[in-house]
Order: sequence, then C-alpha cells, then structure tokens
Amino acid sequence: MADPIGIEIRNLYKIFGPTPAAYVDAVRAGMTKAELQANHGHVLGLRDINISITPGSIQVIMGLSGSGKSTLIRHINRLIDPTTGEIEIEGRNVVDMSQDELREFRRHKTAMVFQKFALLPHRTVLDNAAYGLEVQGIPEAERYRTAMRWIERVGLKGFEKNYPSQLSGGMQQRVGLARALANDAPILLMDEAYSALDPLIRYDMQTVLLDLQQEVRKTIVFITHDLDEALRIGDRIALLRDGLVIQQGSAQDIVLRPADDYVANFVQHVDRGKVLKVSSIMSPAQEGTGDAPRIDANASLAEALRQMAEARVQTLLVTAGDGRDVGTIQFDNAINAYAGGTKPAA
Amino acid sequence: MTWSTSFPQLDDSYLRDLKKVIDEAFRNFTRSYGDMIEGFFSPLQTLLIWSERLLTGTPWPIILLVVAGLAWGASRSWRVVVGSILTLVLIGLFGMWEDTMKTVSMVLAATVLSIIIGLPLGIFMARSDRFRAVLNPVLDVMQTMPSFVYLIPVVMLLGIGKVPGLIAVVIYALPPMIRLTNLGIRQVDPEVLEAADAFGSSAWQKLVKAELPLALPTIMAGINQTIMMALAMVVIASMIGVQGLGQPVLRAINNQYFTLGVFNGFAIVGIAILFDRISQAWGKRLQKHREASHG
Repeated sequence: MADPIGIEIRNLYKIFGPTPAAYVDAVRAGMTKAELQANHGHVLGLRDINISITPGSIQVIMGLSGSGKSTLIRHINRLIDPTTGEIEIEGRNVVDMSQDELREFRRHKTAMVFQKFALLPHRTVLDNAAYGLEVQGIPEAERYRTAMRWIERVGLKGFEKNYPSQLSGGMQQRVGLARALANDAPILLMDEAYSALDPLIRYDMQTVLLDLQQEVRKTIVFITHDLDEALRIGDRIALLRDGLVIQQGSAQDIVLRPADDYVANFVQHVDRGKVLKVSSIMSPAQEGTGDAPRIDANASLAEALRQMAEARVQTLLVTAGDGRDVGTIQFDNAINAYAGGTKPAA
Repeated sequence: MTWSTSFPQLDDSYLRDLKKVIDEAFRNFTRSYGDMIEGFFSPLQTLLIWSERLLTGTPWPIILLVVAGLAWGASRSWRVVVGSILTLVLIGLFGMWEDTMKTVSMVLAATVLSIIIGLPLGIFMARSDRFRAVLNPVLDVMQTMPSFVYLIPVVMLLGIGKVPGLIAVVIYALPPMIRLTNLGIRQVDPEVLEAADAFGSSAWQKLVKAELPLALPTIMAGINQTIMMALAMVVIASMIGVQGLGQPVLRAINNQYFTLGVFNGFAIVGIAILFDRISQAWGKRLQKHREASHG
C-alpha cells in the first residue's frame, strides 16, 4: 500500500470563456462574478482557491450546484486546466505536467469516482473494475485477481459477470468504487459520488467508505452538496460559494463558528446533537469534580445529554482516548450548544 | 416582357467553349494519367476477382451451409436461418444462382472497402469540427449526384469493367458508413470518456476500449445501410460491365422482358432482406449488455 500523500492547492483561478487569461488580474483586483459575466462575457469558475489537504485525510468540498465544486475537483487530476494557480502533489506541480507525465500521474497517483458512475456499459463488472489496471498494461490474470479482491471488498461477489445495466444504482456505484480502489492510487477523488443514490443506500455507502478508509488510508477529496454527508465523513470541510472558499475547517468549526450568515443559514437545520462532539463543548479540566460520571471526548453531544439525564447530574468528566481527564461538560453549556449557541468562552 | 420570362443566361458560345475546354482538359488528363490511375486501382481488381472466385467456385451446398451457419451465429433464431436458406434455394431453382453469387461478391467487396475507407474518415470527422464542415457537403454530393453523372469520368479513366463498377458502388455506398461512424462516436457519453481520461487512458486506448465499442450499434447501422445502398447500385453498375443480377435486369429493360426483370428484381430484394436480417440480428446480439433488468 502506497504511503498517503497530500495535496496543496494554491491561488487557483478558473475563468471560462474565449480569453480567460486577460481577466485574471481584474478578478484578482476584485471584479465580481456578475460584473465579469455582464461586461465581458466570461464566467468565473473558481476564485483564489487555497486548500491544503493533509495526507490520509478526507477533505470534503461542499457547495450548492454552480458553486464550482465539480470544477475544482477536476483540477486535481487536470481534467480541467486552470487559468492560473498551482496544485502541488509530492513536490510536483500538476499544472506544469506534459501530456505523458499527466497520463502516468493519472494512472498511478489518482483514481476517481463519478456521480453518474460512468461505467463502460459493454463490459462486465469485473472488466470495469479492472479498467484502470488494464490501461496500465498489467497482465490479465493479475488485474483480474486485484479487481476481484475489491469487488468482494465492496460486497459485489457473485456479480462480477454481470453488466452494469443489470445492477441497481447503489451496486453500480460500488463497481465505480471498486474500479477506483483497484488502482491503488494514493489519492481518491469522489465527485458527488453518492448524490445519485437513495438516502438509505447513500448512508450505507458512506459507511463503506469510512470502513475502507480505516484500512487503506488514502487522501480522499469528496465533493457533495449534502451537508449531513459532509459533516459525517469529512475530516475537514471547505465550503464553496460562487467559486470562492467561504469557510474551511472541521465539522465542529463550521457548526459552532459559521463564518457568515450564508454558512449559518446552511448549518441551522443540522442535528447538532449528533454532529457536535463533547470535546468541542467541554471546559478545560477543573479541580474537585473527580467523582462525576465520565464520558469519552469523542462522544456526541446527544450522548452526553442522555448520560446526564440518566445519572441525574449536571456535570460529566471528559476523558481522552488514553483515559486522562481532559475537561468537564456542564449541562447548561451542553443545552446551549444543542439549541444553537456558539462555543462558550472557556 | 421577354427579359422577365427568359432568364438572362451566359452567352451560348461562351458556354459551349467552357464545356469544350473542360472536356478537353479532362480528356488530356485521362490520356496522360489513365494508366497510372488504373495501376493504382489494380489491387481492387485482385480483390474483386478473388471474392468472385470464392463465391462462384465454392460448391453450392457449402455456400448454403455457410450462410446457415452465419445466420445462426448472428441471430440464434431458426426463423432467420430457415428464411435465408429458403431465399437462396428459390434463387437457385429459378436459375439465378451464378448471377446472385457474382452480385453478392461485388456487394461484399464494396462493403469491405467502404468500411476500410469509411471508419477512419468517420472517426476523424468526429474528432474535428472543421473536417466535418468540409466533408459534409462532399458526402451530400456523393449521395445526391445522379450515379450516371459520376459514371462518366470513372468510365473515361478506367474503362468498362469490374473496378470502375466497384468504385461507382463505393462512392454511392460510402456516405452512410462515414456519417454513422461520426454520429456514433459523437454520441458516446462524455462522462464515460471523462472516466477513461481520469484513469489515464491514451488516445488509442480511449478509442478502442470506449469510443468504438459504445458507438458500435450506430456503426453497425451504417454498415447495414452501406450494404443496402450497394445492392441498390448493382443495376446501374451493370451498365458499365459489372456482372451479376443487374445485367438480366438491364436486358429486360431493353427488350421488355417483364418476367426476367421481375425474377431478378426479386432475387435482389431477397438477398437484401437476407443481408439486412442477418446483420441487424448480429448488431442486436452485440448489444446484449443493454438488456436491463433494473430500471
């Protein structure tokens, strides 16, 4: 298994139109998307994107349709060329790669899962899953062995001789996932991979991904328009609006400290009891509370409230993974956070 | 009012000179380059003679067996097999076996040639909008220009015989092959191609692993059309010496032999239907994976 690698996106701009380069400076100087479109007939796709993605983490890029999120993910494997900017992976700028280098980069460093699956309809599940290995020129026996392992891993054993049209949407996306994982690329790009699936199947597939990630530790870039999905699977989340990153941070940051009204509006319907963790709401450890019941720092807020109600106490001791007491959580703070307040001053 | 009822045309003597100059130039061209051009097309002669010998030289029971085998292999349907054999048996009983084999060999040669020329042109046409803009009017001319008109230069250059006949048939039968290849490739789902790119396919890998297989149903329709158009041309081609079912038809027109014309006409219809059913059934079977059991 390859070591996880990080992705550095710096000062990335994308303008669509006949002469995009002519407008970069104007956009840098503050021309808005509407002005650019009305006065110059160019569409601003992305504006000054800077995201640093930690190796082996799940980075969610979230936004509504038209926010530029699908454009952004296509820059990472350069299915779309940027107007200006850099994408650095393993010390190399993807933007500067020649066509041959780019092909090698796509074959070995990245794999992609698509919203509408994008499977080859004339090929069986097995041949679809083996596609990435096939274009790399790996011999048939070996690529079938690898593809079969991943088909089994995503729960499609017994379907390898079927054609995609014989499978349901959820099963087709499992094939898409198996195809991407069979490549064993350190970077996994998922473009609204679950958006076309039913909610229950979507939840299921999120679980599959989180389980797999425990095993494979890839650097995953996950695009979604679904906030619940973003909060559930993202180690870090970048919120995109009109081609601009309006907030980056952990799920906790975004729910507790929305950067502006737009984000606040977005997160107001979130089930805070499930999303927020005890560690985000606790106060630092104090003396003299040693006899209170204990709760894990990673437990959810709802779990903390339930324990307080059961034990009929106002305070819980928060313990880290190693069993150390790291803080306390108070009933009134917990209720306040649950009801939509921000983090209490420590 | 005469100026408005008769269209103001170029001077008669001018037009006469113009035609004379062009005819003269073409005749000179023919005289100086005719042999070279004939040499250039001589491999076609070899192909034609080979395919005609293959079909007329093979004993008829073997031809029947091969056709039955092809029909079964393509369609897996007894109706198509029985229909094909019955058609050929009737043709044979009515004394048209030899002519039919000559026509079939000509159609096969024309189809193979059309695929060899049409497939790459169609692919290139799908790649380049500019090439498509240039090629489209050329194809329009090829399809609508009355065949007799382009028979003239072909005969002047190459004389009477199989090769000019084949060229005339290919000119007529080629456009659907090119057009439908172009269409098929342009219709391939862009998301699938994006996926092929994302996994690092080379241009060639993308073509043979994604574009051509996905365009295949449309390309098969093009081949089917090409076969039908080639068959439709056999009567006209017989005017410049192509042997087969067209010649008796021609004789029937000249001498008003009604029955001779009808028999040979039905023989052409019969093999057209035979080709069509077999090639379509095959095209359909290639699409087995499209039979969805899920909505």
